[in-house]
Amino acid sequence: MAATQLTMGPLIFHWPAEKKRDFWFRIADEAPVDVAYLGETICSKRTPFFDDRHLHEVAQRLKRAGKKVVWSTLSQVTIKRDRKIVGDTCTQKEYEVEANDASALWHVSGTPHRIGQALNVYNEQAMSFLAAKGATHFCLAAELPAQSIEALCIKANELGVTIEVQVFGRVSLALSARCYHARAHKRTKDSCLFVCENDPDGMDLNTRSKIPFLSINGIQTLSHRYINLSAEMEALKEMGVGAFRLSPHSSDMVAIAKIYRALLDNKTSCDEVDHSLEELGIPQPMANGFFHRQPGFEMVGKGEAI
Amino acid sequence: MSAQKSAPHELDKAFAAPELVCPAGTPAALRAAVDAGADAVYCGLTNATNARNFPGLNFSVQALEASIPYARERGTKVLLAVNSFATAPGSAMWREAVDIGARLKVDAIIVADIGVAQYASETHPDLRLHLSVQAGASSPEAIRFYCQEFGVKRVVLPRILTVPEISAIHREIPCEIEAFVFGNIGMMSEGRCSLTNYVTGLSTNMDGICSPASEVKYAEDEKGNLSAKLGNYEIDCFEKGESAGYPTICKGRYLTPARKEAYYAFEEPISLNLSSLLPELIKAGVTAFKIEGRQRSRSYVKSVVSAYRAAVDNIMEGNEPDLSTLISLTEGGKQTQGAFKSKKWR
Repeated sequence: MAATQLTMGPLIFHWPAEKKRDFWFRIADEAPVDVAYLGETICSKRTPFFDDRHLHEVAQRLKRAGKKVVWSTLSQVTIKRDRKIVGDTCTQKEYEVEANDASALWHVSGTPHRIGQALNVYNEQAMSFLAAKGATHFCLAAELPAQSIEALCIKANELGVTIEVQVFGRVSLALSARCYHARAHKRTKDSCLFVCENDPDGMDLNTRSKIPFLSINGIQTLSHRYINLSAEMEALKEMGVGAFRLSPHSSDMVAIAKIYRALLDNKTSCDEVDHSLEELGIPQPMANGFFHRQPGFEMVGKGEAI
Repeated sequence: MSAQKSAPHELDKAFAAPELVCPAGTPAALRAAVDAGADAVYCGLTNATNARNFPGLNFSVQALEASIPYARERGTKVLLAVNSFATAPGSAMWREAVDIGARLKVDAIIVADIGVAQYASETHPDLRLHLSVQAGASSPEAIRFYCQEFGVKRVVLPRILTVPEISAIHREIPCEIEAFVFGNIGMMSEGRCSLTNYVTGLSTNMDGICSPASEVKYAEDEKGNLSAKLGNYEIDCFEKGESAGYPTICKGRYLTPARKEAYYAFEEPISLNLSSLLPELIKAGVTAFKIEGRQRSRSYVKSVVSAYRAAVDNIMEGNEPDLSTLISLTEGGKQTQGAFKSKKWR
């Protein structure tokens, strides 16, 4: 069996283009990841800044560093501009595509491609169907519990496709057509003035009792807590998960990639991983509830509630 | 605007009457909807295979079997929603739900999941498939994918499109369009929301559950403020005297650095009511109007369906419809045209 891979998922936040470019350059040069997912997955208004100007430059650097580059498509496809971007991404031949909605499937069916987290594959039949259409790799929805991941791994093994699971970072809890970043600033999606650029890890949404709850990234609602499946990765590996995804944040992602890489290589313990993440300033507590079929915000096996 | 005045007369000649698709959460609601003039009713089984898996709601197989003749004899179609996501390793339950629909000869099955759609189209090729709003197909390419692969005959559009956008989609797809016209307005893209699971451990996609009543707690503080929680999280807090709402995550009030006060971060509690846009929707190519609310009471269903029946009939006859009764049935007496009227909603 192929070695388990570590991947850097798409950068979901709207950082200034230079910061984004430098981030990926640094990942190319220093991070022990096997795959990098580029491409705007949240808002088509953002693509002129980075995707149109720097994506190829970054991709070349990543490739030269021996990393596989995959281009992820938009998660929510509504307006003409969204459709054009998805069409262009899916019909280019240079990079493999990760499809995040059925519009992308329309374009990529019949050619090899990957399935992203935002496209629901919850059962074996859906997986078999998509594999027959050319899907070779599936990044599962964050809410799927261990039992489902295990069943899907068995099917994936039969089909000769790979399963990827996100193990670090805030997780997508919802998508919408409305931009909640714009709404918070009393604007609309069309008049947003890219206010999402001010929140490199999302905009905090707290309860009225001031408890951190959610995080807003444009049309996307994220968990406020970062998930951390350090303690579950061994079990996931045994199930047959072939790739572990880190979702980029503004914290030191090179250091974080090294930590998880060391865990994959059995060179550190999950306690040390958790401790290092805390030292790097990752908001605590983290979460692993979805894996355990518990409320997603919970950290099962490590005590505490909110 | 003149379009509103001229629309009915044009419609009268060029357009077929749209089908009024109405919620049937229980056998009693089914009969109420049929009696009130529904062209079709939609319902689900008493399990996780549908997106309104609430206690006391939905149909046992026997109840469904017994209810279908009531609708049939009065010319009303019965649609079965099997529109949650079949979840490994338990997806046999979803296949059984499809088989039940086929055996009882429902008029269509409403599906969202690729696995369920494929099973239905392969095992029961004559069974008509509608694509649920839960599939979140919001572009012509996405809709064409489901039509091509599974022979989907109708798409239920997400509540995120403007009327001109619906019209543009209509010209590019090979199937019928059903659009929501009244009821709860879902703020999140259907089929892609795990907020309830994050808070309660019950999943909208996998369990068919959204903001379950079993997880709701109200607590009053010493000043008389009422805090409404879902699971461990406070979704809203109401001052003494303020009418307290149900803690649905996407209708809550929260704090964020950009705002001084708690605000409705997603949307306020409000109902979708497109009654004044009906002629425009018909012209845009919508051939079925959907009323949301399988969780609502029999009397609510009766009132809303009756009002819409009269509205549609009036429009088709070229008359101005009277829609004044509908406002009292909206959430908190507040209504919106949501995304349908203008891009500014986004």
